[in-house]
Amino acid sequence: MTARFDVLRYPWVRRLVVSRWPQYLVRVTLLALFLLAVLVGWLGTPVGNRNFAIVGVWIAWWAVLILVAVPFLGRAWCSVCPLPLPGEWLQQGSLLGPRGRGGWSLGRRWPRRWRHIWLQNAGFTVLALFSAVILTRPGVTAWVLLGLVLLAVGVSLVYERRAFCRYLCPVGGFIGLYAQAAPLELRVKDPAVCAAHTEKACYTGNEQGFGCPWGTFPLGMVRNDVCGLCFECLRTCTYDNLALNIRPLGADLAQRRGAKLDEAFKAFILLGSALTYAAVFLGPWGALKDAAYDVGAPSWWGYAALLVGLSWVILPGLFSLGVWAGRPRLSWRRAFTVLAYALVPLGLAMWAAFSLAFVAASVAYVLPVLSDPFGWGWDLLGTAGWAWRPVLDGWLPLLQAGLLALGAFWSVRTARGIGAIWGWPRAVYPVAGYVALMTGGMLWLLLG
Amino acid sequence: MRNFGEWRWGIGLVVAVLVLGLPVPQPQAKPQERVFRVTARQFAFEPPVLQVNPGDRVVIELRSSDVVHGLYVEGYDVEAVAEPGQPDRIVFVADRPGTYRLRCSVTCGDLHPFMGGKLRVGRNPWLWKGAALALWGVTLALFAARPRTREGGR
Ligand code: SF4
Ligand code: SF4
Ligand SMILES: [Cu+2]
Repeated sequence: MTARFDVLRYPWVRRLVVSRWPQYLVRVTLLALFLLAVLVGWLGTPVGNRNFAIVGVWIAWWAVLILVAVPFLGRAWCSVCPLPLPGEWLQQGSLLGPRGRGGWSLGRRWPRRWRHIWLQNAGFTVLALFSAVILTRPGVTAWVLLGLVLLAVGVSLVYERRAFCRYLCPVGGFIGLYAQAAPLELRVKDPAVCAAHTEKACYTGNEQGFGCPWGTFPLGMVRNDVCGLCFECLRTCTYDNLALNIRPLGADLAQRRGAKLDEAFKAFILLGSALTYAAVFLGPWGALKDAAYDVGAPSWWGYAALLVGLSWVILPGLFSLGVWAGRPRLSWRRAFTVLAYALVPLGLAMWAAFSLAFVAASVAYVLPVLSDPFGWGWDLLGTAGWAWRPVLDGWLPLLQAGLLALGAFWSVRTARGIGAIWGWPRAVYPVAGYVALMTGGMLWLLLG
Repeated sequence: MRNFGEWRWGIGLVVAVLVLGLPVPQPQAKPQERVFRVTARQFAFEPPVLQVNPGDRVVIELRSSDVVHGLYVEGYDVEAVAEPGQPDRIVFVADRPGTYRLRCSVTCGDLHPFMGGKLRVGRNPWLWKGAALALWGVTLALFAARPRTREGGR
C-alpha cells in the first residue's frame, strides 16, 4: 500500500511552491494581520468577542487550522506561519532568499539534550491552564502572541535553523503529531540518488535556498512531524529528487520507524485537553468555567489538577494498563510508544468535533468584528450590528457524531496495522476498549 | 480480492447510514406545561440543565442576579433577555427531541461566549445514534477493514 501521487508533476503547482513569492506574500500578509491582532489586543475593546485579537486568532485562525489545514494538509500552516518570520529574517540576514552573506545569529546547534518535544508538551499544557483567560481577554492574547514572536526571535539569534518551531512552539508539537495523519507529504523520490549525492544541498543549502530550516535530512524522513513544508529543499535539490505526494489518510501512523515517547505523550495531552475543553467551554457547569478563569484561586488549582492529572497521568496510565493487558512482546516503554500513535485519528476527530461546536457558536462574531476590529464603533463593512446567532445548529450533532465515529474506526484500524507490524495482533483489543471509552466520553460531553 | 475489499467498504457505509436512521424511542408521557425559573449570573444559568418530554409546553422565566443576560435556545430560536429586577419570559412547545444548547445572547463579560446550559427534550437521538455508529466503526475496524501499514504487510 504505497499509493502516492506527486502533485509536482503539474508544472503550475511546481512553480507555485518553488517560487518564493506566493509563500512569501501569504506570510507577510499573515505577519501584518498578526501585528494588527497584537495592536488591537492592546488598544481595542476589552470585550473579547468584539475584539479582532480574540475573534481573528481563536475563532477564525483556529477554525481553519483544526478543521482544514491540519487534517488535510498536515504542517501546511507551518509553511506560511508568521511567528518565526522576523527571527528568520534576522537569522538569515535577508528578507527573501539567500544573499550569500550571513545573518545576525550565533548559529549554535540546538543542544542535544533538548532535542525532543517535552518542552512543547509542557508549553501546550501551560497555555491550556490559562486558556480561559487567554481566549477571552484580548490584552492577554496580545501578550501571548508577542511573547511567542519574541521568543522565536531570541532563539533564532542564538541557534541555527527554526529551533523554535521544532522544539519550543506550543502549537508546533500538536500540528506535528496530527500532521502524520494528513494525506500530504514531502518525501524523496529515489533514495539512491540522495545516498550518492555528497553535497546534500537540501541539508546544507546553496544559492537557490537555505538548508532545511527544520534540521531534517529529507532522505531520513519517515514521518511528517519533522517537515515544515517550507519547500526550501525543493529549491535547493540539484537533482529534482523531491516529491510532494498525496497519500492515503493516516499513512505515517502504522510503521516501524520514528515513534517517540515524547510524541506519544502528546497524544494523551491532546485527548485530555479536548475532553477538558469540551467540559469547560461547552458544558453547562458554571463553577467549572469560574475555576478555569480565576487564575490563582483555589478552584483554579483544582482545574489545573484536573487538566494536568487527566492528560499526564490518568489517560496515559489507563492506556499503559491496556498495553500491559495486551501482553506485548516489546518492552513496556516501546509498546506504549508505538501503540499511542493509534490514538491520533480519534484525537484529531475529538478536536474537530469540539472545535465545530465552538466555532459554530462563535463564527457569528467574525463579521461584526471585521467591520469594527477595535470595537470602537466603526462600521467598515456595514456588518457591525449583525445579531449573534449560532450557525449549523441542525447539522452540528450529525457532523460531530459522524466525526467521532470515523475517528474511532480509523484509530482501531491503525491499531491493527501497528499490531501487524510488530507481530502483536492482540494490541488492537486494548485500543478498541480505550477508543470506545474516549468516544463515549466525548459524545456525552458534546451531545449528552 | 480487491473487489471484495471494495464491497466491504460499501456494506460498511450502508450499515452506517442505516444506523443513523434508526429510531430512538422517546418517553411517551402526556404533554404538560413545565415552568422553569432560571436565574442568570456571570457566567452560568441556574438550573443549568432543563429536562422536558417531547411535546411539553416549556415556560422559561429568566431573571438576572447581576447584569443583563440573554437566554437563547438553539434549535428553537427563541430568546429571553433579562435585566436585574426585570425578568423575561418565553413560552414554546418542545416538539423536537434532542439536546439543545442554551446560550447567553447578550455580551455580559469575559466568559460570556461560554455561558450556557442545556435543554434536554426526551432523549437526544444523536447521542445514541453516535454511540451506535462509533460501535459499528470499532467493530468494522476490528474484524473487517484490512489495516494499512507502511510496511505493506499484514
Ligand atoms: S539535495 Fe536532493 S538529491 Fe541531494 S540529498 Fe538532498 S534531496 Fe537528495
Ligand atoms: S524537508 Fe524540505 S520542506 Fe521539509 S522542512 Fe526541510 S527543507 Fe522544508
Ligand atoms: Cu450572560
